[in-house]
Amino acid sequence: MEFALSEDQRLLQDSLAGTLASLCPLDEVRKVADGDRQTRDAIARGLNELGIHQILVPETHGGLGLGLLEAALAQEALGAAVSPAPCLGTAMAAAAIRAGADDAQKADWLGRIAAGEARFAIAAAERTGARAGAGIAAGPSGLTGKSLFAIEADTATHILAADDEGGLHIVEAGAAGLGVQAMRTIDRTRVFSEVSFDNTPRETLAGGNRPGRASAAMIAVGRVLVAADTLGAAQAMLDKAVTYAGERKQFNRVIASFQAVKHMCAEMAGEIEPARGLVWLAAHAGDEGQDDSELFACLAKSHLAEIGTFVARTATEVHGGMGFTDLMGLHYWFKRIGVNRQLLGGPERVREDAARLQGWA
Amino acid sequence: MDLSLSQEHEEFRKEVRAFLDRYGHEAPGPEDHGLKHPSRLAWQKTLIENGYAARTIPREYGGYGGEPDILKSRIIAEEFARAGVSTGLSGQGISMLVPTLLELGTEAQKQAYIPPTLSGEMIWCQGYSEPGAGSDLASLKTSAVVEEGHFVINGSKIWTSTAKQADMIFCLVRTEPDAPKHEGISYLLFSMDTPGIEVRPLVDMTETANFNEVFFTDVRVPVDQIVGRRGEGWRVANATLTHERGMLGDPNAAYARLMSIVDIMHEESAGGERIIDNPVMRDRLVRLQARVTAMQANGLRNTTARLKGESPGLSGLIVKLMGCDLNHDLAGLAIDAMGELGTLYGEGQYLREAGSWQSRYMYDLGLIIGGGTAQIQKNIIAERGLAMPREPKPARPANS
Repeated sequence: MEFALSEDQRLLQDSLAGTLASLCPLDEVRKVADGDRQTRDAIARGLNELGIHQILVPETHGGLGLGLLEAALAQEALGAAVSPAPCLGTAMAAAAIRAGADDAQKADWLGRIAAGEARFAIAAAERTGARAGAGIAAGPSGLTGKSLFAIEADTATHILAADDEGGLHIVEAGAAGLGVQAMRTIDRTRVFSEVSFDNTPRETLAGGNRPGRASAAMIAVGRVLVAADTLGAAQAMLDKAVTYAGERKQFNRVIASFQAVKHMCAEMAGEIEPARGLVWLAAHAGDEGQDDSELFACLAKSHLAEIGTFVARTATEVHGGMGFTDLMGLHYWFKRIGVNRQLLGGPERVREDAARLQGWA
Repeated sequence: MDLSLSQEHEEFRKEVRAFLDRYGHEAPGPEDHGLKHPSRLAWQKTLIENGYAARTIPREYGGYGGEPDILKSRIIAEEFARAGVSTGLSGQGISMLVPTLLELGTEAQKQAYIPPTLSGEMIWCQGYSEPGAGSDLASLKTSAVVEEGHFVINGSKIWTSTAKQADMIFCLVRTEPDAPKHEGISYLLFSMDTPGIEVRPLVDMTETANFNEVFFTDVRVPVDQIVGRRGEGWRVANATLTHERGMLGDPNAAYARLMSIVDIMHEESAGGERIIDNPVMRDRLVRLQARVTAMQANGLRNTTARLKGESPGLSGLIVKLMGCDLNHDLAGLAIDAMGELGTLYGEGQYLREAGSWQSRYMYDLGLIIGGGTAQIQKNIIAERGLAMPREPKPARPANS
């Protein structure tokens, strides 16, 4: 029994953190948030060189053959740095293709991900709570309809879309009848879009015999990754709060020496530490193919949504008025956590999924 | 990351299950009241003989004499919890004094006190807190002055569990009044039958006298009844406080509670609707399930660290704070699931589970306060875990 990160996993964490520290310090994040695409592309290239998109691709298809735990550690590092480079969509797509494609498709698409030829967007928000008027119908001549809050659709070479029955389809960027319209959210570090289809040609993932199974597996993976992103962002906010409190002086002493401030930080640490274990546990359950891995993904996603919100608010308060300003840039983390909370289902919806998986609903 | 167990440990789990199947019915039930009830002592004997209690304590001191194995201890705890069977006696003598004596006691003290404590024939109480020394324990004032080969003790203690039933007390007293407060304390062992001791029960909000006040008037204790040297009592006591904090906030207990609540929510109904079918209650259940699972994962991290001989760090420091809070919230949900029925207490036709959820809800608030208050825990987390500075000492007035 060993519930700890391996030496290799720690090295992965260190190398990602180091790369991200030089690739996307806050100044670079600000540039991207203000619309600088070149900066974003430079960060994306750096992460690509590190092999971040190959983590979930098996070695037989040219990838690193690592697991969800490694992908979650990578996503945690991205969240900690509020990295503006696309990453989540391709990771979710790799998981979906592994779960729902036939052998020929796996060889094709996983190989293209590993080679850097395919970068995916995910259009599947309707699987976790469709808004009125949204949804995708898969007809004989193509996909028709629209999906909201598609992940990373502006830069992707392909879109992985889930239809209303849970079937998964790959659509090429620029395909006939495809429309991509950015949706501005509070989070300027990531791009979400409305994606529309009108008899749009697609390739349907043909593996697996239970409809909806692959999209459920993909969403479970996405939920673990979003939980990990929040974990990284929350830890970064706590670290910043402790550092700031150790520097800021009032009443002739650093505010970190006031119990009121220390207790806020202790409460954040008290929430973050068990949440870290929960993210590991959920990722590990996914890697082991456990029957309850979807349940663990739901518990991790909903719990991180709650403690993330708590940390985002509390760490901002520790910074006092500075936390509220744009000067410190703390709001990038606050907003990232805020979007993560709703992404792939807000906590109440996700908990209802967890109840359903246990036969309680 | 590997959550599987070795062949040896899988076999061990089977052994524990076989033992529980065969002997579990001999365990004392809730009706076997009294710390020295014959069924409790007999069960304790069975457990020690089979290595499920006092597992790593040497045979010469009445233990089983097994090698320390954190995973086997964990398996025992898990399997006994699953079977709902008592893991034997767990008073402060066993959980706190015995580890302290093993570490710091003399050979004579080990031989005299450990065997009867483990068997349950010798009950201990802990004399630490005082009316004026709670969170600031080191400011304790109960004095002990040496006269004619004896410590003569005067003062009082509070929050003393099982003082009425106890045969013995391990007690912190001030022996060096002129030394700095942490260096003037000694750790004494003496009989509760010594003349000059008065015990007054302290009824708490659960309507039970879980605790007592203990008063000492010229209590004479031979000078060799000390653990460690004079003035070293603070260090000796801190060895045991670590043991106490380790016990509070156990995630296995939280998981067992969660499973009971799942049952309650399926069995109870209100307005013709099962509680589990109420979406708000169901949401609260799953929200707590996530917290329980997080604490279990945290427990796995801490177990792994201990297996490697490492200090768990922050994930260890937060257990008492977060675990006690979680248990309290679990009891709160159980009560809400029962609604008005959840307020019944003591006796009556509609009483559920002997009113135990209310008493847990209240007792857990006591645990949030006791064993180092939540606020003291937060200071420890901030100072030792996050390296934040201590509160500066207030400046002394110029003329003092």
